[in-house]
Amino acid sequence: MAENEKKVVQKKEQQQEEKPKVDFNKFPEVRKIKEKFPEAIEEMDYFREELTLRIKKDYIVKVCELLRDDPELSYNYLEDICGVHYPKREKPLEVVYHIYSVSRRTRIRLKVSLAENEEVESVCSVWPSANWFEREAYDMVGIRFANHPDLRRILLPEDWEGHPLRKDYPLEGPPGYREKWLREHLPYYNKL
Amino acid sequence: MGVIDRRLPDNKLTEVIDKVVNWARASSLWPMTFGLACCAIEMMAAGASRFDFDRFGVIFRATPRQSDVMIVAGTLTLKMAPVLRKVYDQMPEPRWVISMGSCANSGGIYKTYHVVQGVDKIVPVDVYVPGCPPRPEGLMYGVIRLQEKIFQMKVLRR
Repeated sequence: MAENEKKVVQKKEQQQEEKPKVDFNKFPEVRKIKEKFPEAIEEMDYFREELTLRIKKDYIVKVCELLRDDPELSYNYLEDICGVHYPKREKPLEVVYHIYSVSRRTRIRLKVSLAENEEVESVCSVWPSANWFEREAYDMVGIRFANHPDLRRILLPEDWEGHPLRKDYPLEGPPGYREKWLREHLPYYNKL
Repeated sequence: MGVIDRRLPDNKLTEVIDKVVNWARASSLWPMTFGLACCAIEMMAAGASRFDFDRFGVIFRATPRQSDVMIVAGTLTLKMAPVLRKVYDQMPEPRWVISMGSCANSGGIYKTYHVVQGVDKIVPVDVYVPGCPPRPEGLMYGVIRLQEKIFQMKVLRR
């Protein structure tokens, strides 16, 4: 088993070494963002024909507006916004935007890293469909979006405490919390 | 049954009345459809022409006021639990509950923060149908078992 594991590790290292170097300036997205906001991009990645850009927190709305409004880019469809929790990182929270251009049939992924208690600007002003995505990210991971029109829970009950997709949230919730919640909302709960 | 409850002895007449009433109840079980997840798809299949629940007198109703049995089909989340109890309370007596599928029976694979670990914590359950999801035959067997249970009831002498 140990040898197999070593082989797997070696293979992974080889794959990482073999990763071809990409000329990011061939993407019009990268060129345009660099041209207009030279400091906005923190990190770039291109893997399996998917372009990922890590954007500085303060630039996200401006970059999104550029992606949507530029006729050469025309990213008119926001597919999803995800919230991720990386407890070991210095900035533990991350927001991931998946954006699609219907006319060009291309896809781009933007990432924003956040420290605990940091807020990111809402992109509801750019794509109105961001409203519910951002509510979900707030509900499950606890990311706060500034200037969101209606930031409240979307999936869990409104009086729920905690954010379940945090990595430190127990699988069955805090001990006894489920029963406590049911007892509060069901007068019959203990009598059955 | 109100005034005459428990005042009548076992005799031929009361037994005949029991049989008639039980036959009427068991032959027209109108379920309240409480489809919550994928089990609801199997429940719909059971109601459609291939499996044809109508031949048992099972006709799905969309309102608790007209139904005798509630088929809880699917994962009961915490947020839905007060709604389930409210709908159950709105059903006229006598009423029964069929718990359909692993999630409704015990929480199933969802041993998590947001799922009720078995609907029997919220409402009393008469028949548990196992499966994930149960096939329409399974639900049909559950209904037949419920009918057998109803035939055991004593209407005038509980």
